[in-house]
Amino acid sequence: MTTVTNGVNVQALLDAREALKKSPEAAQFVWRASSKWQNGVHTTITVKDFYGLGEERAHKSESVFQADHPEVFAADDNGITPIEYLLVGLASCLTAGVASVAQNRGIQLRSVEATVEGRHDIRGILGADPDVRNGYNDIKVTFNIDADASREEIEALVAQSQKRSAVFDALTNPTDVTVEVA
Amino acid sequence: MLERGEVANSWRRERWDSLRLLTPNWQTRLPGFPYQGSDPDGYMTVAEVTEFIERYAAFSRAPVRTGVNVTSVRRADDGYHVTTSQGEIRCRTLVIASGACNRPVVPGLSEGVPPEIEQVTPFDYREPGRLPDGGVLVVGASATGVQLAAELRRSGRPVILSVGEHVRLPRVYRGRDVLWWMDVSGVWDQRYDEIEDLTRARRLPSPQLVGTPERATLDLNTLTGMGVELVGRWAAVRDGSALFSGGLRNMFSLADLKMNRLLGTFDEWAVTHGRDAEVGPVERFEPTRPPASPRLRIDLRGGEIRTIVWATGFRPDYSWLHVPVVDDKGHLRHDGGVVTDSPGMYALGLPVLRRRRSTFINGIEPDAREVIDHLARHLGLPR
Ligand SMILES: Cc1cc2nc3c(=O)[nH]c(=O)nc-3n(C[C@H](O)[C@H](O)[C@H](O)COP(=O)(O)OP(=O)(O)OC[C@H]3O[C@@H](n4cnc5c(N)ncnc54)[C@H](O)[C@@H]3O)c2cc1C
Repeated sequence: MTTVTNGVNVQALLDAREALKKSPEAAQFVWRASSKWQNGVHTTITVKDFYGLGEERAHKSESVFQADHPEVFAADDNGITPIEYLLVGLASCLTAGVASVAQNRGIQLRSVEATVEGRHDIRGILGADPDVRNGYNDIKVTFNIDADASREEIEALVAQSQKRSAVFDALTNPTDVTVEVA
Repeated sequence: MLERGEVANSWRRERWDSLRLLTPNWQTRLPGFPYQGSDPDGYMTVAEVTEFIERYAAFSRAPVRTGVNVTSVRRADDGYHVTTSQGEIRCRTLVIASGACNRPVVPGLSEGVPPEIEQVTPFDYREPGRLPDGGVLVVGASATGVQLAAELRRSGRPVILSVGEHVRLPRVYRGRDVLWWMDVSGVWDQRYDEIEDLTRARRLPSPQLVGTPERATLDLNTLTGMGVELVGRWAAVRDGSALFSGGLRNMFSLADLKMNRLLGTFDEWAVTHGRDAEVGPVERFEPTRPPASPRLRIDLRGGEIRTIVWATGFRPDYSWLHVPVVDDKGHLRHDGGVVTDSPGMYALGLPVLRRRRSTFINGIEPDAREVIDHLARHLGLPR
């Protein structure tokens, strides 16, 4: 148990869980991104500040993302499409979950790889068929995990990571979204 | 002993017609009062449970005062001041045994349901014939939800079952009732102070079990086979439609993995306790079959759904308890039935009160003994 080193500070997370049970206000976080239109369908997004544990905070450094469309959409392809960012979020969130749960359960990981595929009928966004939705029809995540654990234990890691995943929840359950002009 | 209704009131007033206990008869025992009928492996009907408890009341000569409703309990100098429909009572100690399932839980979502849809809880529900014809959406896939979904489907109605986290169990494992395994292997004797996540254990939904003479398993595969449509956890109502979670497959994985881990502990117990030869061979069950593409949205105004059955659990009612010992989720704060924040106050009959067994009728004996020991010490009585 003590020799497991997945690099996740589980004790800190468990301590935080106990502390936040008593002060739910501190558990309220606000995550932010700001975007700036470049040209065509190319947008630059920056992420740095957020709010949490009762005060304004910031990442160590700013992250900058480019979003565009591929050339088959007659665009310049300066970056990945917005809907691909959802896959980025899902894969990273589930992987972080696998590592945390493994650490907590004393399972040593050697490698964790995932491929994420979202099936998307673009007739929806093009308005070509009103019965087709805009978003993904479905998403499939396939994990390849090498760890000191049985297949059942690995499946349980993956199940538990979905159970506690923010992005999995955000994608599988509806969220109230407000969009307004400032 | 004050009882607002009659002896066995919850069994007389708050159960549907077809209900049978999910615990086998030999487990339906009260202190000094085992099951003595001819069908130890069967499951009692509601009428039989009522009769069993009535006979126990006579056998134990418990001083029950029926028709006395407790409307308020307050702290007094050296104990409690109890107001009832029949007058005031002062007492030094008080045992709250008012039940864990006084009210059905109905989520806030229900407020967004269009008025033309009839909504019922397990307390209103009696039998399928009393519901309007047409489709039924059963919300919740624990014991109540799977039982009502099956019965409504058998009545010929289209049934959709919204499935969140659940506990899957086969009725019979290796030839023995699965609750025999819980009982003998020590799972039910696990003490509350040994359980890692007690809050979770106390909130665990009831297992997908039904008591029938055939001892049939009633899991989600059975329901799918009957033509019940499975959808994910009901997440929201938007523009007159119910929106269901897309996380259904993981609900299945969690329940299948958990069931298999539990069956594994039974297998291990049978080997280490030399019982392996007396039970059947090790079994594993088909994983829960996911629907090809579970529906994420159902229009509640289109007429497909005429009735919603909320099988979303039960909660205790402490509206009469005017002592600050109830947490913000409506649960009594207690340490194994001892309400430590209010000396002289005790509780019995709550889920995992002192052990996993506490959730069931047969758990009362050791719980009552230990809690009453504490109470007697509090009063300075010799034991
Ligand atoms: C649908 C359902 C199915 C169940 N199936 C099983 C099963 O198969 N096997 C099993 O072991 N357990 C089962 N249980 C759990 C079972 O109810 C308990 O194990 C057991 O009946 C609890 O008994 P109790 O006396 O603690 O509570 P209850 O049976 O709820 O009795 C509490 C009593 O207190 C009275 N009361 C409440 N408030 C007041 C007040 N303010 N003033 C006066 N009187 C009051 C009520 O009228 C009631 O008679 C089931 C529960 C439900 C809801």
